[in-house]
Amino acid sequence: MSKTDLDTFRADTRVWLEENCPEEMRTPITGDTDVCWGGRNFEFSSDAQKVWLERMAAKGWTVPTWPTEYGGAGLTRVEEKVLLGEMRRIGARSPLTSFGIWMLGPALLKFGNDEQKAEHLPKIARGEIRWCQGYSEPNAGSDLAALATKAEDKGDHWIVNGQKVWTSYADKADWIFCLVRTDNTQGKHYGISFVLFDMETPGVEARPIKLISGRSPFCETFFEDVKVLKKNLVGEENKGWTIAKYLLTHEREGIGAGNSSMRPLHEIAAMSLGLDDADRLSDPMLRAKIAEAEIDEWAFGLTMSRKLAESKAGQSMGADSSMLKYYGTELNKRKFELMMDSAGHDGLEWESERSKDGKLARGWLRTKANSIEGGTSEIQLNIISKHILQLPGA
Amino acid sequence: MALVLNEDEVMLRDTAEGFFADKASVKALRKLRDERDETGFDRALWSEMADMGFAGIAIGEDHGGVDMGFQAAGLLAEQMGRNLTASPFLSTAILAATVLREAGSDDQKNTWLPKIASGETVMAVALDEGPKHNPAGIETTAEKSGNGFRLNGSKAMVVDGHAADQLIVAAKTDDGLAFFLVDPKAKGVEIERTIMVDAHNSARIDLDNVEVDGDALIGDSNAEAALHKMLAAGRGIVAAELLGAGGEAFRSTVEYIKERKQFGVAVGSFQALQHRSSHLYSELEIARSAVLGALTALDAGDPKADRYCSMAKSKLGDVAKLAALEGVQMHGGVGMTDEYDIGLFLKRIRVLQELLGDAAYHQNEHAKAHSF
Repeated sequence: MSKTDLDTFRADTRVWLEENCPEEMRTPITGDTDVCWGGRNFEFSSDAQKVWLERMAAKGWTVPTWPTEYGGAGLTRVEEKVLLGEMRRIGARSPLTSFGIWMLGPALLKFGNDEQKAEHLPKIARGEIRWCQGYSEPNAGSDLAALATKAEDKGDHWIVNGQKVWTSYADKADWIFCLVRTDNTQGKHYGISFVLFDMETPGVEARPIKLISGRSPFCETFFEDVKVLKKNLVGEENKGWTIAKYLLTHEREGIGAGNSSMRPLHEIAAMSLGLDDADRLSDPMLRAKIAEAEIDEWAFGLTMSRKLAESKAGQSMGADSSMLKYYGTELNKRKFELMMDSAGHDGLEWESERSKDGKLARGWLRTKANSIEGGTSEIQLNIISKHILQLPGA
Repeated sequence: MALVLNEDEVMLRDTAEGFFADKASVKALRKLRDERDETGFDRALWSEMADMGFAGIAIGEDHGGVDMGFQAAGLLAEQMGRNLTASPFLSTAILAATVLREAGSDDQKNTWLPKIASGETVMAVALDEGPKHNPAGIETTAEKSGNGFRLNGSKAMVVDGHAADQLIVAAKTDDGLAFFLVDPKAKGVEIERTIMVDAHNSARIDLDNVEVDGDALIGDSNAEAALHKMLAAGRGIVAAELLGAGGEAFRSTVEYIKERKQFGVAVGSFQALQHRSSHLYSELEIARSAVLGALTALDAGDPKADRYCSMAKSKLGDVAKLAALEGVQMHGGVGMTDEYDIGLFLKRIRVLQELLGDAAYHQNEHAKAHSF
């Protein structure tokens, strides 16, 4: 696409967004209900939220780079960047957030057959079906390949028995993409299969887990004699580990990205603690730590862009997604620790109007999961040691 | 922002990689050190570097340079960092050339820039005075005296000051900070060579009623803008050199822990070392982005380039130090010996950390720039 074409695309996009993005969808997200997850049972918090999703989906812009036949708009990465830039310009909210877009979609595009793509991708794009991820088990966390949820071969279907844990929003999801064991006679990485099934299938039960943040975004999910049709196998039987790893790479890039829309740390600290006569933060030790963290944040942001640019230029990101996940999540934890340091007593309030029911404290607690979910920091360091540094025995 | 190298830059990097490894390796530095070389660097090497276009990398083509910009200069500095190369690249091709290019009159530019680009003239910029980098605290004065100026003050940490054919001295005038061309042999100039911990060279320079002509003043009697450009360029380039030195310290350490055996296995198989190595790998990747981001911003004339170069210097000071410290520790006892190179990297990185402001200095600058 030439520069002129891109300029035209930008201009058209700007006009379309101006005309179609409801005013209410141009304000910052303040609470959980502002996020549109879609799905059979999703309750829109406003008409504007519903209209915004419908308009964007009709345009193919909930999944801009997916092919048009699957509900996308077939945009190039450059065009997508323009679209996102124009959305940011007017403060437009994301019309749809989902694990279907973020994780399953890319895996299906790469490994799914035509029938599966045609069946599932458009529903993801339109926000009709909400997905969850069945990966971790009570005895398969960092050692994910040790998973034991059993799928017994019954000809045209399997009977699945077992338990998953840390299944994000399983209680709200319509379908699950799930790792099951179809063979246990060989090494642990062989014999894993990647299957899809409806959460309303008899024998599926999701129970929310209450976390230290007081919230319950994760579930324990139980399977008792759940029937899964073989047409819902993605890729080859017993070779699901390849898909699992591919999907984890996507997940890690997403988790590492963190939340960049936050107010700068130094502003939060200055508001809370005030400045001294020399216009310096009244706590000099905290001031130094904040400066250091902000410099790291800048350099990390550049690194995300650089790695993305390199992967577009054809150099594979490979194990560097582990580096980004490790660094990004640890940095995010550091930032929230500094925010809590800055907020002091105010940051400790859990149930009050002033604290918006402990928004900061709950956010701080949520970041503790960042360096665990999607593979712990220690696992990421193992991956770097093995695949990048090629250290012996890693 | 171009965070991925283009074809020309990749070619330059590859050329520089071969050149410095071949002609200006750690071995060459050891030789200069052990023979107590008078200049502290090899002037023949500097001529060769000039022939390659390296001395004129940041000088316009109309003044005999190749004008490839600071991103390109950073690629050279990175390779010099890998090899601990001793050369007047920073003092002459970056600091002096930037001052002249930014503030110099046409005459001054026509006289000096071609001589820098050709390798004929080595220059040193006398800026800092106290134990720490502090450009806001310069006390050296330049008073009007007849048609010229009289300079008084004491300079420290003047890189290559003992070997320079020409000095550029920063001094206060009534109008602000200015730069002066000073002949090192002029009356009242006393230069003490200070061999530093890293076997590179610096000097202390005393200026006692040094008389210079009016045309010794580079450009205007207030050259704050040129000062800031020079500082940004210098910091960005030193950050690139730190990236090279830290990266090489890391690379050689990883190689060492793959070879060194204890308890019957390579020590690199122990998770205690693996995780620290992987952490350091991550930090170095982040650091590389900081250098690239800062230098491309500088080339693009981004108004925030000064800030970015300062931030990059901060980040690289910390990361290269970590690479040096971990390198020495992971080498164990042999890391203490002069025979192994890792100690030389520890020393060089310590000097580069301090040059033009350490990590804490630049963190403070960051905070001041954002009013906190």
